[in-house]
Amino acid sequence: MTEVTMTPTRTKQVTADPVSLRGAVRAEWIKFVTLRSTVAVLGAAVIVLPLVAVIVAHNTRHLSPTLDLNDVVASAPLQGYYLDQLLIGALGVLFVTSEYSSGMIRATLTAVPKRLPVLWAKLAVFVTVTAIPLVTMTVASFLLAEAYINRYRTGYSLADPGAARVAIGTGIYLVLLGVIGGMIGWIVRSTPGGLVTYLGVILVLPGILGNVVGHWGKYVAEVLPGQAGAAFISIVPEGYSLRPWPGLFVMILWAGLLTAAAAYSLHRRDA
Amino acid sequence: MITAQNLTKTYGDRHAVSDLSFTVEPGKVTGFLGPNGAGKSTTMRLILGLDRPSAGRATINGRPLAAHERPLEQVGALLEARAIHPGRSARNHLRAIAATAGISRQRVDQVIELTGLEAVASKRVGKFSLGMGQRLGVAAALLGDPQTLILDEPVNGLDPDGIRWIRGLLRGFAAEGRTVFLSSHLMSEMAVTADHIIVIGRGRLLRDMPMRELLAESSRCTVTVRTPDVDRLSDVLEGRQLEVRRVAGDTLHVTGATTDEVGRAAASVSATLLELTQSGSSLEEAYMALTETEVEFHTGERELSWEAGA
Repeated sequence: MTEVTMTPTRTKQVTADPVSLRGAVRAEWIKFVTLRSTVAVLGAAVIVLPLVAVIVAHNTRHLSPTLDLNDVVASAPLQGYYLDQLLIGALGVLFVTSEYSSGMIRATLTAVPKRLPVLWAKLAVFVTVTAIPLVTMTVASFLLAEAYINRYRTGYSLADPGAARVAIGTGIYLVLLGVIGGMIGWIVRSTPGGLVTYLGVILVLPGILGNVVGHWGKYVAEVLPGQAGAAFISIVPEGYSLRPWPGLFVMILWAGLLTAAAAYSLHRRDA
Repeated sequence: MITAQNLTKTYGDRHAVSDLSFTVEPGKVTGFLGPNGAGKSTTMRLILGLDRPSAGRATINGRPLAAHERPLEQVGALLEARAIHPGRSARNHLRAIAATAGISRQRVDQVIELTGLEAVASKRVGKFSLGMGQRLGVAAALLGDPQTLILDEPVNGLDPDGIRWIRGLLRGFAAEGRTVFLSSHLMSEMAVTADHIIVIGRGRLLRDMPMRELLAESSRCTVTVRTPDVDRLSDVLEGRQLEVRRVAGDTLHVTGATTDEVGRAAASVSATLLELTQSGSSLEEAYMALTETEVEFHTGERELSWEAGA
């Protein structure tokens, strides 16, 4: 390559806008959509929902005494959320920790030295790109499964008690889990650490507290974010000490607290 | 312009940077030297506001970076090779950073062209060689056409072409009155690129002076003299308490002498001179002399640290 000379006289050849949330959102949007891995994980999470819905609908098209109660209530077709808890949570963690593991965070924060706009921008982009397909797909999966079941027996409609809450709520629940994963990512920073913390808090800790620690452990387990949110998307009240709407409220509270902790961490700590 | 005022950074009880004050002037290329672990990278991170100083402050063009409305116009930085997500293409990486400040796609293409990345701009960064990663890092630093460049080891992994290119780029930047602050372990490269040198060791400022003064300061100047009368000249020089080393059949290296002295000594014994040159001390020699004690400290840290602390 030949030697390159810059413009001989210093004329401003680039105009940059002031740092803004809008600019940060644009950057985070590009970051999200230009990675094969994030798009693939989100795609998988979205596809899992109707697949599981159809499988559940097919297996429960005839009522029989061997069926579990959870397999015949309105929330039954949405059991794909079990797998999606992992996928969306991991997506949230990775969207943040990949900045740290790759070192990209330095370029990001040099462009936005005030730092916090990056967190808000990531949050906004993540909620947008996950909420729209996930909520659409949980509702669509519910309708699809019930339409299938209706060919054999009477299924549920969105007008049935709790059905609309569960159909829309499962999508919201997953988005909130992803947000919680992302906030854990901001706090923990490392990808393995973030994933382990997320899985621990959402999936492992409730079981340990509920089964090992004894009576009070059960109560604590019920207000952890995963369990509180699960109460919101459940038709069967058994096993949950929180009612659905308080469950959602507690989950949002967790997401809020973690967001505050993440913002504090990003603002205060060395990058 | 970059200013550090009593900049201090401690991790626990370890001082990474201690009371560092210096100014990096515009219109020059300022080299930043120091042994591994001397605190160069930490200093750069402090300047960029990535780390919070324990004491003191660092400013870029008069303000902390976070206080600038348009940071990408103020500073472009390359801190570490390939601090880029491996799954993203070079162009998308640059687009993401550019988007923050609404910098146009044309500018993205321009820096891709400027850094010679046209052919690989659509390839995923994970497949890049170290040199390509460096070029991409430089491309990102140039996006906002910044007033100040901060580059940590920019020539690492670059091929000779790339090294020559970046030298021209930095010289050009400085010639336009902009500020260039770079660290490098390649002394020969630094010697031809930098006008001013800042040396730190163990987080403290050791030297902050123009390159020429730093070289002159070093006492390790040697005179090379070639003569058929080696023995006679050698005797007379040693007689004058000069350190003489025979490096070839007819060539002597005289340390701590000037060409004047050697020439007169040769005349006094009628030695024929075929060559008489002063090799001004190299930056490398000057640097080694300056940091010798620091390096010793680092390689023998375990034994020495308590002594040094006492």
